[in-house]
Amino acid sequence: MQLTSPQFKTRSREKLADANLQAALKKLQGNFVKGRADRVAELENFPAIRDAAADIRSRTLENLDAYLEEFERNATAAGATVHWAETTGEVNRIVCELAARYSVKKAVKSKSMVTEECALNEALEAAGVKVVETDLGEYILQLANDPPSHIIAPAIHLTKEQVSDVFEVKHERPRRTDIPGMCQEAREMLRGHFVTADMGISGANFIVAETGSTLIVTNEGNGRMVTTLPRVHVAITGIEKVVPTLEDLSTLIRLLPRHATGQTISNYVSVTTGPQREGDSDGPQHFHIILLDGGRTKLLGGDMQDMLRCIRCGACMNHCPVYQSVGGHAYGWVYPGPMGSVLTPTYAGLENARDLPNAATLCGQCSVACPVKIPLPDLLRKLRERQFEQGLKPAMEAWGLALWRWAAQRPAIYAMLAKVGARVLATMATKHDGGKRLIHALPMGGGWTDGRDMPAPTGTNGKTFRELYQARQNRQ
Amino acid sequence: MSARENILGRIRASLRRTDSDGAAARARARIDAHALSPRPSVKGDLAALFRTNAVKLLSTVAEVTHLCEVPATVAAYLRAHNLPMQAVCWPEIAALDWAASGVRMESRPARRSYDSDLVGVTGVFCAIAETGTMMMRSSGNTPPATSLLPETHIAVLNLSQIVPSMEEAWQRLRYTYGPGPFMPRAVNFVSGPSRTADIEQTLTLGAHGPYRVHIIMVAEGD
Ligand code: SF4
Repeated sequence: MQLTSPQFKTRSREKLADANLQAALKKLQGNFVKGRADRVAELENFPAIRDAAADIRSRTLENLDAYLEEFERNATAAGATVHWAETTGEVNRIVCELAARYSVKKAVKSKSMVTEECALNEALEAAGVKVVETDLGEYILQLANDPPSHIIAPAIHLTKEQVSDVFEVKHERPRRTDIPGMCQEAREMLRGHFVTADMGISGANFIVAETGSTLIVTNEGNGRMVTTLPRVHVAITGIEKVVPTLEDLSTLIRLLPRHATGQTISNYVSVTTGPQREGDSDGPQHFHIILLDGGRTKLLGGDMQDMLRCIRCGACMNHCPVYQSVGGHAYGWVYPGPMGSVLTPTYAGLENARDLPNAATLCGQCSVACPVKIPLPDLLRKLRERQFEQGLKPAMEAWGLALWRWAAQRPAIYAMLAKVGARVLATMATKHDGGKRLIHALPMGGGWTDGRDMPAPTGTNGKTFRELYQARQNRQ
Repeated sequence: MSARENILGRIRASLRRTDSDGAAARARARIDAHALSPRPSVKGDLAALFRTNAVKLLSTVAEVTHLCEVPATVAAYLRAHNLPMQAVCWPEIAALDWAASGVRMESRPARRSYDSDLVGVTGVFCAIAETGTMMMRSSGNTPPATSLLPETHIAVLNLSQIVPSMEEAWQRLRYTYGPGPFMPRAVNFVSGPSRTADIEQTLTLGAHGPYRVHIIMVAEGD
């Protein structure tokens, strides 16, 4: 996927003005945020389950090499072939080679964020393989040539009219505008692809060391189709997705759908181990698994290691006030929201994503919502520190801070500037919200006031804190 | 050096250890322990709980006493939903007296074609009370396509197959097919009809898999 994170601010401004997107994001809070809260409240010992989930992920990371080797051994024994890829480019090369080896003309894909990291579709198309996304949201986006804006609900930013437009043009059928009708139309189109595809490509929500299995969860059933029908199945996932046992898997599956969509369990949890067995009437003849590093080992052993616990549930973005305001596209890469603001700078380079660590209010909602207790605000703060050390702060901010430092070291000048400033600001309030006086536009402070109003100083006639403090001391 | 060696080497370097310091033994011990983590307590009447949770996830449920009542129950369901009196099923179900019920039943996997069979009847390996989920294992006699491709999926289960949670489902699989490798090619957990909310977050059934899942719970006999 093309990286557009450097344009975070411009894109945010566009997104704030997009009324359809704003309505969709509001609805998302009602569905996913409330759904998660309800499902978590049903678990009487939720804190203990959550502690256990975080612990499973942490302890696995501490012996990651051993679990991966164990996984490889068991997957191979079951007849799968395990490949290792250091970079996303290597993933693409391996998949293209497999496509050539098995004379693949068409591949069907179930949703995989790792393959978005790789831009795999483009690589396969360039190699002459037709790729069809089969998750309904991803399918719509592929037809519309639009990137996903949420890791669970990728097409959340489109209205049903926009989907009708796309289907009408691409399916060349009479226009339908009812949602069940459009879903049925997509089902019919995609069923044709499922039964004729040569290769199925999926991600893996988890891989299990004990049995060498890969697992995907879907609600639509496309994950089952992709792993059942084509004669070749390629599962692509990050090395951090391994869990030791089926018991550990059960704990994580108990939390993933609850946090992702507010469901107790996803409709289909499919665990696959090796290719078709003797006597089986379905399943792939060839099963390949690709394990991607792609920057993950850089997080290991450092102060960002906690991020590798992530199970990609999306709860942190659903609960983030910044995501709720601007949606996923503004973040400019595969992963939006707080987890994306940590992952994008670490995978794609801090210099390519300088606004992202700052695209959070550090309100802490994300880490409260996270099922594996990732301290996202702490990680974002560390990235900000790193940015500062590398001199990657935006110029305006560096200049402003330097000026403030100069004034703060000169108390008389500081007091005078603060006095003038407070009085001027007090006269600038143009809006009233209840008892609060608000400044709607601030010269040179557009970064603040374009997206929200600034509270005007409230002291009588705009007195500064120092003046009020002085007056209070005198009274005592 | 291969990508494999490089990645494993980087992991070991990041974790500041060599490959000989017992990580493999630690991992093996953790796996062999099959430790259970805290989980919600699933108490009381498992069948009732399974039923409640399955219905919440939009499956429909019928209860019968004996296995021999299944064909008539299937026939009644098909009639009530205006479906053709025709279906495919897993071999384990084929021996029932279908002719008497008026359902033309074929014992074969659902067709992998653009227009598959309309109704598939399967058994289950076990069922999970905590979530109202059915667990199916793939084999020549239990083809996954039959619960996936038809528009209507009817599943027959015995109350003795209901376990509290996913953990017990795995234990049962391990106990039945182990020791040694016990995983079939595919284990599919199914929790109601296929669904999507990808257009305007509006729930719609029958995205790719069945529009309808009907579960027949049999009380007596295995
Ligand atoms: S960081 Fe936590 S909340 Fe966010 S996607 Fe990952 S697991 Fe979910």
